[in-house]
Amino acid sequence: MNGSTLFRKIWDAHLVAEEDGVPSLLYVDLHLVHEVTSPQAFESLRLNGRGVRRPDLTIATMDHNVPTVDGPITDDLARAQLDALAVNCDEFGVRLLATGSGREGIVHVIGPELGLTQPGMTVVCGDSHTSTHGAFGALAFGIGTTEVEHVLATQTLPQALPKTMRVTFEGELPFGLSAKDMVLAAIGQIGVSGGQGHVIEYAGPAIEALSMEGRMTICNMSIEAGARAGMIAPDEVTFAYLEGRPGVPSGAAWEQTVEQWRALRTDDGATFDREVVVDVSALKPQVTWGTNPGMVAPVDAVVPDPADFADPDQREAVQRALTYMDLAPGTPLVDIRIDKVFIGSCTNARIEDLRVAAKVVSGKHVADGVKAIVVPGSAQVKRQAEAEGLDEIFEAAGFEWRRAGCSMCLGMNPDVLGPGDRCASTSNRNFEGRQGAGSRTHLVSPAMAAAAAVAGHFADTRELVS
Amino acid sequence: MKALRSVTGKVAVLDRADVDTDQIIPKQFLKRIERSGYGQFLFYDWVRDPAFFLNDPENRDAPILIAGRNFGCGSSREHAAWALEDFGFRVVLAPSFGDIFWQNAVNTGLAPIALAPEAIAKLRDALVGGNELTVDLEQLRITHPSGLAIGFDFDAHAQETLVHGLDDVARTLHRADEITAFEAAHTTRFDARALTL
Repeated sequence: MNGSTLFRKIWDAHLVAEEDGVPSLLYVDLHLVHEVTSPQAFESLRLNGRGVRRPDLTIATMDHNVPTVDGPITDDLARAQLDALAVNCDEFGVRLLATGSGREGIVHVIGPELGLTQPGMTVVCGDSHTSTHGAFGALAFGIGTTEVEHVLATQTLPQALPKTMRVTFEGELPFGLSAKDMVLAAIGQIGVSGGQGHVIEYAGPAIEALSMEGRMTICNMSIEAGARAGMIAPDEVTFAYLEGRPGVPSGAAWEQTVEQWRALRTDDGATFDREVVVDVSALKPQVTWGTNPGMVAPVDAVVPDPADFADPDQREAVQRALTYMDLAPGTPLVDIRIDKVFIGSCTNARIEDLRVAAKVVSGKHVADGVKAIVVPGSAQVKRQAEAEGLDEIFEAAGFEWRRAGCSMCLGMNPDVLGPGDRCASTSNRNFEGRQGAGSRTHLVSPAMAAAAAVAGHFADTRELVS
Repeated sequence: MKALRSVTGKVAVLDRADVDTDQIIPKQFLKRIERSGYGQFLFYDWVRDPAFFLNDPENRDAPILIAGRNFGCGSSREHAAWALEDFGFRVVLAPSFGDIFWQNAVNTGLAPIALAPEAIAKLRDALVGGNELTVDLEQLRITHPSGLAIGFDFDAHAQETLVHGLDDVARTLHRADEITAFEAAHTTRFDARALTL
């Protein structure tokens, strides 16, 4: 007996049925729903006379389409989709945390903040960044709309057993760096398809030293390495974050639950299909230069030359990326000027992210010609930031302070970049056109986005904060 | 969902790695609440390039797409599979697929078949002598009129879904007793409807 991985313990505990040759039927503890990937699922339930099996384990919010400025929704299609969610939730008995409820926000921010995401759970949502919830020691993954219907109707999903990978972050993270730099470096090392078919467990001293916000940033981007899910064993940091939140038990039941959660660790001697080690002791702030998150380099590096890549597929991809990004090989990353700054998204819009960015811009001002916005991850994050005076710091520095939502991470609402706009963004994808047709995205940490806003070009954030 | 036993037809080639679902169908088309009609938006930004493969008339009625590795990575939007299927594709052959896209394709009646790069190279060589392949989902075999035949592996559950055009939700609903038994043995952590937030 070699012992079991954290993943395998959760997987085994959720098997409704297991047979050779067919996918296992896996039970789902928490199903998060939003307006974009659910309307066709609810419609199919209606057409087939099906109901929602466990509305008590299902919760919905509005995030992708919502405007982040005050006033009515001007986009008719967006409004129709949000209205459809309200009608569907009402008809099928699903609780909806609608815009204006004070509890709305990005689905991957509110699940944890309400204490709905808990260690040992299986969590799904029609959104690839569902991997975020793995930070709590949950098995959490994104699904498509047909699967959304499947979970609504049956509270289960047929799943083939994934492979396992452990990514161990060795060393101590240097001053001024963050979880975003760690995960971007890891994706650079693993590649954007290296995690395919795997569930990743992140481990090591640099992970244990992270806050829950940082751990969520890491797990959030698992999908950018191609992985199904990412997870981190729960510990005292996890329990302290969850204690007192609405979804968790209190009193004696809390103590008992925490004792159970302590067993959710990979046993000594358990083996993984693949092991990766990332040394963070000499890590530098990371900036992406291309059109996928694996095209990343330290801030003091230069734009690479396609000729330096041996693999012809990769060489061609780099060439295409540089053409799209309008970058010349050999250009220092710190010489790249930016037009826009976006601090937000399910990757980096939690209170800690906003505090770090505010610290960098405090007493300074956004560079001439740069437009910068801060979009809190949830209504609660926004309230907390305002209670701490962060909104005033950002506004004094020339940032716009917005309402919660997915916003410019994918530009389904009016927060869209124009063609050719170059953006320092704390989001998760730098794909072509992601933030608007023809736009150019560079992924960075909140501290690096703040530094870029002030400098007007990429800059080592550590030179701005002592 | 349409059953997919065997497809014979032309082959279009998109020779790029890591094609993400944002390219297959950009976000502005995800606001629709319908499930059909996405084919007209397929590769919306890329088709503006006259040299893009879909602008070659030879490719416009091809039911088979050969793509690069990690096809369909990124966003979970099933709209990507819907757009490919609605455009007319029934099969995608690639060295690898994004995990979520792979499942979405199966659930859409679009067969995502992973082949080794060497097998794809052989097929592409054969296509030079005649642009037609037959992909047989029952026999798990791809053949070219020249006589070339290549077998492939495919998840048996997904094969059944595609070959018979099955509704996976209905299949699981038949197992309600097993689900009820599981629920009876497990306590629920909260009732999301009753929480004071």
